[in-house]
Amino acid sequence: MSNYYQPEIECASREQIKAWQDERLVETVNHVYQNVPYYRQKMEEKKLTPADIQSTDDLYKLPFLTKSDLRDAYPYGLLAVPLEDAVRIQSTSGTTGKRVVAFYTQADIDLWEDCCARAIVAAGGSKQDVVQVAYGYGLFTGGPGLNGGSHKVGCLTLPMSSGNTQRQIQFIQDLHATILCCTPSYAAFIGETFAEMGVKPEEISLKAGIFGAEAWSEEMRRDIEKKLGIRAYDIYGLTEISGPGVSFECEAQTGMHVNEDHFIAEIINPETGEVLPEGEKGELVFTSITKKAFPLLRYRTRDICVLNREPCPCGRTHVKMSKPMGRSDDMMIIRGVNVFPSQIETVLLNHGYPANYQIVVDRVKNTDTLDVQVEMTQEMFDDTVKGISAREKELVEGLKAMLGLSAKVHLVSPKTITRSEGKAVRVIDKRKI
Amino acid sequence: MAEWVLRMVIKQLSVFVENQPGRLAEISEVLRQKEINIRALSIADTTNFGILRMIVNHPARAESALREQGFTVSQTDVIAVGVTDEPGGLVVALKALADAHITVEYMYAFVSKAEKTAYVVLRVEDNAVAEQVLREHGVPILSGEEIY
Repeated sequence: MSNYYQPEIECASREQIKAWQDERLVETVNHVYQNVPYYRQKMEEKKLTPADIQSTDDLYKLPFLTKSDLRDAYPYGLLAVPLEDAVRIQSTSGTTGKRVVAFYTQADIDLWEDCCARAIVAAGGSKQDVVQVAYGYGLFTGGPGLNGGSHKVGCLTLPMSSGNTQRQIQFIQDLHATILCCTPSYAAFIGETFAEMGVKPEEISLKAGIFGAEAWSEEMRRDIEKKLGIRAYDIYGLTEISGPGVSFECEAQTGMHVNEDHFIAEIINPETGEVLPEGEKGELVFTSITKKAFPLLRYRTRDICVLNREPCPCGRTHVKMSKPMGRSDDMMIIRGVNVFPSQIETVLLNHGYPANYQIVVDRVKNTDTLDVQVEMTQEMFDDTVKGISAREKELVEGLKAMLGLSAKVHLVSPKTITRSEGKAVRVIDKRKI
Repeated sequence: MAEWVLRMVIKQLSVFVENQPGRLAEISEVLRQKEINIRALSIADTTNFGILRMIVNHPARAESALREQGFTVSQTDVIAVGVTDEPGGLVVALKALADAHITVEYMYAFVSKAEKTAYVVLRVEDNAVAEQVLREHGVPILSGEEIY
């Protein structure tokens, strides 16, 4: 039996959702046109006025907004309300360049926290739960978002922030935390630490986890679920659009429901910008239609994924997006082949290696080299060179089958690849091009 | 009978060693701190990694000490035989195995404290079969107590 935080919204008819979107899009376009010179100018360049946007059917006419627009407008250029109405900023982690700041009114924070509350309830959360938030707090949206959502649901909230793994474990054990929120790589690390301490999954009080802020595969999900004895739910979001909770997974675990009463999702061809029909793979674009301080129209996320409107067994009617299959910008081009770190991760986990790995790309004598460093495990170890080489070879062949190019595999000692407490650094590109 | 056969198997420690300066020194330091004596060792190396194989006086203690320090370690059953420390000493043992079509995965030797005797550590697919063949040819097989 499914539980919902806002059933009348989460299970609304498609017609109702479309009606909300039409009305709110028109309002938002008017709002930014009136209040943000940057938008007005971008629309004027395309010879558009708010009158050209009558419904979501006209969305395609609007210009895209990219991360570089946000940087150009830094710091206050896209603020759409008077300073007296803005109450908070959050900022991106800066993993891909200069910082971007996003602004919130109190109402913007409320709707963001509602989205996170929907995610927590979808993961089985209720007032009875103890939610351990091990995402970073501060400028990063992970901690504040899930913290607020947890309050809205009425859970006992543990504002741990990330890091200090011994303390995380102690709080899980002492306070019997039932839901863990953090990045998937940190969840895997906490799981490993429990195993090292000799704590069995069934002895851990956790029942669910809500993990996001970085790419992770189905295999990694199974690995975390096994280690912690939980169900692991995916959550998606980005600071520019609000933070975690733009979309979230339900018990079906077959994609993340986009909170369509607040955000319109489109899939475009990243090269041409053309809107693709439903079910096709392309770049995800979001328009926020309820936010006041920092509403973004057609923001290009760089995440590659697929949308699916087939009815979901959970009863929610909002469109589902697949796990991002990579980013149009963290995609590596190696010897002309597009490679996503998530593909490599899938192969490693399928071959029984840990999800902790590092990819080193270099260029030797004008040829790109791909070196995958992976930790040796007790289970994979063999006392003969023949045995280890055979496994290495299997892995090389698995990578070749997945990527269509040969990679070198480098087995390293256990625990030598740095564990991350936030976003994992998976790729080191040494090429000087 | 079964117990007696089991006693003949020697525990070898096998350790994964990434090709990085200082890894072997780290391993020997861990063993020194636990006052574990290395009776024999050999290393197999490839361009990326090595496998260190050791006969030590306290295999279980050494294994847990190394694991605590994050090393990948396993115990491998091997056979140790005694041969005379003179030309041709090894021939009897190896020929017996070859005639029985038993492949030696790897081997290494060390000289014993006893006069004119060398010990050879053999890693084969099936220890029981190899032991029987060797015994039939009068090759002395050593127990743990004799080696450690």
